[in-house]
Amino acid sequence: MAAAGPANSTEYITHHLTHLTVGKGFWSWHVDTLFMSVLLGIATLALLYSASRKATAGVPGKWQAFVEMLVEFIDTTVKEVFHLDRSFLAPLALTIFVWVFLMNAMDLLPLDLPGKIAGLFGLTHWRAVPTADVNTTFAMSLTALVVILFYSFKAKGAGGYVHELFTAPFGANPLLWIPNFLLNIVELLSKPVSLAMRLFGNMYAGELVFMLIALLGAGLFRWTVGSTVGFFGQIAMGAAWAIFHILIITLQAFIFMVLTVVYSAMATEHH
Amino acid sequence: MENLALIAQVQSYTAIALGLIIGLGAIGACIGIGIMGSKFLEAAARQPELIPTLQGRMFLLAGLIDAAFLIGVALAMFFAFANPLLARFG
Repeated sequence: MAAAGPANSTEYITHHLTHLTVGKGFWSWHVDTLFMSVLLGIATLALLYSASRKATAGVPGKWQAFVEMLVEFIDTTVKEVFHLDRSFLAPLALTIFVWVFLMNAMDLLPLDLPGKIAGLFGLTHWRAVPTADVNTTFAMSLTALVVILFYSFKAKGAGGYVHELFTAPFGANPLLWIPNFLLNIVELLSKPVSLAMRLFGNMYAGELVFMLIALLGAGLFRWTVGSTVGFFGQIAMGAAWAIFHILIITLQAFIFMVLTVVYSAMATEHH
Repeated sequence: MENLALIAQVQSYTAIALGLIIGLGAIGACIGIGIMGSKFLEAAARQPELIPTLQGRMFLLAGLIDAAFLIGVALAMFFAFANPLLARFG
């Protein structure tokens, strides 16, 4: 972190929106995003693994009861939408939900804390919310596209799926093959784009609102009336937005999971 | 001096665009949430036993309806603080 601190509000926000980047151009890596997402992925696995190791058939502990509720909830949600064998899709949905939720939950950390901690190690920038980086959300939604394609091929076979691509919405007349195919491609590609942009937009906007609220308290040690009001305003608005944000992060994790399942279920339907 | 006038022009157009993005997005999202909420209340009044099922779907749809608006807000905020159009002036 710069010892002098940011000069004005624009600089403060621009600093907070800059990733810790290694490399140039196409081959630039957002180290903070990669580190945080992998760390939270490991945390997801460790949390659920510890629950499964310590599970007993007797009186369950609080953690086991919570994980059981979570698993049952996700399993019911998947069962309602997806009617084939869900031994692959239900665990996938659970992973998506918990992982995206944890990544989103990094938004609730105090805004400057991750940057300060990274500053102790001599790093200049650190963005703690991996899902506020468009690379993460697109990586996840493109993986979801692979799952969707997998279920399309699995349910219809290669020939059946290609046949459907060329004949599905309008009919099998050879004149309609090209319009059918174009429409199907657009439909297929719009799914990952909308999934990724929805999650990214929500998290990015949420993060920016936290930054704007943080700016309210910037004049704390100037001891004017305005700065004092701004300081208390920061606490009140920060608390209100954080509470509202708990709803948003859970909802967005849930939506990402449900839509992945719904798209997979749509892929298995025959026309 | 001429450059300054150009910068001011870009800034003012950007400000108008931000207002339009957020304002129109908010109108759409609010109408959507309003319609969905009223239908949910109607359905809940007619068949109270369906409330738990409907509630989950209502929240899901609320997130979907809000999403486009929030993407717009994020874009608008981005243009407000790190305007790439303005950065071209150096």
